[in-house]
Amino acid sequence: MKKILTTPIKDEDLLDLNIGDIVYLTGRLVTCRDVAHRRLIEQGRSLPVELKGGAIFHAGPIVRQDENGEFEMVSIGPTTSMRMEKFEKAFIKETGVKLVIGKGGMGPETAEGCAEYKAVHAVFPGGCAVLAATKVEEIEGAEWQDLGMPETMWINRVKEFGPLIISIDTKGNNLFEENKKRFNARRGPITEKIKAQVGFIS
Amino acid sequence: MVDNAAVQDMTDVMTKFTAYIGKRLPTDVKSKLAELRGNEKNEMANVIYDSMAENQDAADKLNRPSCQDTGVIQYFVSVGSKFPLLGELEAILRDATLGATKLGPLRHNAVEAFDEKNTGSNTGSRIPWLDWEIMPGEDSATIEVYMAGGGCTLPGASTVLMPGQGYEGVVDFVFDVITSRGVNACPPLLVGVGVSTAAETAARLSKKAILRSVGSHHPNPKAAKMETLLEEGLNELGIGPQGLTGSSSVMGVNIESSARHPSTIGVAVSTGCWAHRRGRIKFNSDLTYEILSHEGVVL
Repeated sequence: MKKILTTPIKDEDLLDLNIGDIVYLTGRLVTCRDVAHRRLIEQGRSLPVELKGGAIFHAGPIVRQDENGEFEMVSIGPTTSMRMEKFEKAFIKETGVKLVIGKGGMGPETAEGCAEYKAVHAVFPGGCAVLAATKVEEIEGAEWQDLGMPETMWINRVKEFGPLIISIDTKGNNLFEENKKRFNARRGPITEKIKAQVGFIS
Repeated sequence: MVDNAAVQDMTDVMTKFTAYIGKRLPTDVKSKLAELRGNEKNEMANVIYDSMAENQDAADKLNRPSCQDTGVIQYFVSVGSKFPLLGELEAILRDATLGATKLGPLRHNAVEAFDEKNTGSNTGSRIPWLDWEIMPGEDSATIEVYMAGGGCTLPGASTVLMPGQGYEGVVDFVFDVITSRGVNACPPLLVGVGVSTAAETAARLSKKAILRSVGSHHPNPKAAKMETLLEEGLNELGIGPQGLTGSSSVMGVNIESSARHPSTIGVAVSTGCWAHRRGRIKFNSDLTYEILSHEGVVL
């Protein structure tokens, strides 16, 4: 059975989730990436969207506007979450956001933030932007449009948005860090084997 | 005298082709992904491969860019010195980028450096980026369109090794890049490696390498062997789709090289994500054209 999270998300919705679990989101999902993080954390500006119990998406979509000014979500996939590592712990603390969706892993500070403030980071498969757009029912708003199309905070109503793979859970476990350890452990013997066959300078 | 109708014709074709490649993957990439998906044993990896396939179907049916990051547009041009529109090509490709941005639609991805303003048109100083090779005496033009997305551009790296580090040092460099930043760049990746004389010559060749077909090989047997060794070695790491582990890590490793200074080994890595959006089109002197990268295209 599909595990579905619904906004507003409460701490207890997240406590049983573990890294590697797959969930879906129904409710409100706000895009939020480099500059929005920087504005809140570095410049101390207040966000134009309330995110307590909410979900953000590290994403910069393609949006089309029709002649009546209505927005249509064309293509919305995740962007590299690691770019927000510098800000995310403070961002979780400031906003009370519960679900951070993006691509690839995040680092130890975000993991600390997730453990301290009971939030999770999840991965939506990168590049699957049309699949994601088909899960957006409506664009309910667009804030900070001065930042241009990718960086605008797009407020989306989504239904069963996923698959979302939990990469950091509320215990602070970090799936990508564990995988990296595994890759690094395997690496030595592999590269030694290759190096033994590429001594082309003699 | 410039033939304005010919300029308009070529601009139209390049506009449509540029928009097209954001929506459908080239034939070699599609078949490699199908092969990797067929061989995948890991359950989570299969969920991701299923999402990828579902996404490409939806992009095709809805006629939309399959990934929201349609990149900075780069054109790699191999043009004959006798191609009739040689002098007009730069303007044609700039107009094609403007047109494709509306037609796609493509995301606005050109941020002017220092002013830090998105131009909103995918054009800006030196963007679209053009790379030129002149073919003496020829009268055709082959143009490679590449959408350089942010995610798979981020791992790009270049350095200069000392000869004592040898090709062994190249192996370490490739593995460093892929196990650190490559994991987040939407694997399975197509890995391009440039082996050359300096940082920037290696960098350019590493990008040219990912424009080569998946499964193609360097003409030098030692380089070809190194491509296979790196591919097998990276796959043994088991990075999997999206870096979430799986039976493979890469679609392949392509090496491009040049002669080098005896005292230096320039090496660089460029990566293409699983949604490796590139297209190759060849124009004859009468502007009839053939699309070489995708089968069954009607523009």
